[in-house]
Amino acid sequence: MNYFVIVDVTLRDGIADPEGATIERALPALGFSGITDVKAGKAFRMNVEADSEAAALEKATSLAVRLLSNPVIENAVARIGNK
Amino acid sequence: MARIGVVVFPGSNCEYDAKVAMEQLGAQADFVWHTDTDLTGFDGIILPGGFAHGDYLRPGALARFSPVMDSVSKFAADGGAVLGICNGFQVLTEAGLVPGALQKNRGLTFLCKPTTLVVNSTTSVLTRNAAVGQELSVPINHFSGSYTCDDETLANIEANGQIVLRYKDNPNGSRADIAGLSNEAGNVVGLMPHPERAMSTLLGSADGRVLLASFVGVSVNA
Repeated sequence: MNYFVIVDVTLRDGIADPEGATIERALPALGFSGITDVKAGKAFRMNVEADSEAAALEKATSLAVRLLSNPVIENAVARIGNK
Repeated sequence: MARIGVVVFPGSNCEYDAKVAMEQLGAQADFVWHTDTDLTGFDGIILPGGFAHGDYLRPGALARFSPVMDSVSKFAADGGAVLGICNGFQVLTEAGLVPGALQKNRGLTFLCKPTTLVVNSTTSVLTRNAAVGQELSVPINHFSGSYTCDDETLANIEANGQIVLRYKDNPNGSRADIAGLSNEAGNVVGLMPHPERAMSTLLGSADGRVLLASFVGVSVNA
């Protein structure tokens, strides 16, 4: 089976996020209000060949921990997505 | 004469500067392609600056899986002298050869300017010829040079004397002003500034010489 998997990579709590902070600072000038705690991250989308949803997520999580994220500063979570 | 291997990844761009710097210090320097795995005969290995694999994903994230990196890890584990400059430092952190990680600069700007470094420890292959407290003018040239690590790691590297160089005026938000860092044994060192670009007063500074001469000298003795 082919599963569509999304891996979200976000900075761990306590790790500085200058990108998110800069975006947040720009919001008032653009007329947006009431938006706080903006965090920048990455999302990876992929098709994963596996026998089950659980196996697909396990495969993607293994890839996420080994390559897509740096566990020193980032968390990675794999989820089944909708195309 | 020390023989130094300078690893070339697709996207490296400081390999010639590193090679010439080594030659000016009396060492022989040879390029090692990232798919090579034989490091026999080398006294020291340099991972040079640049943008290995385009810095895609994260700087150093793809380069660390190059075939040569297993050999570099073995070389380091056997006590060989390994130096990662700028992108090379990022590769060393991704490979886990030195602790922590490098993030985008605070301020989100690419920084290219001279910095003043303060020698913090002389137990590493890069700082053995320097003196604690010595100030060195060495340029930086990076976008992702803000060093970060957790509290426990910071306490460990402080206690072990692994912080070899600090910025006098922190340009990028690095934790504890860290500019250069070694592994526990001191034979693997990574730093964001470019000592190979500080080899001549004619070009601004010759302060990189004391660092790279340490590296070459240690390599000769090894």
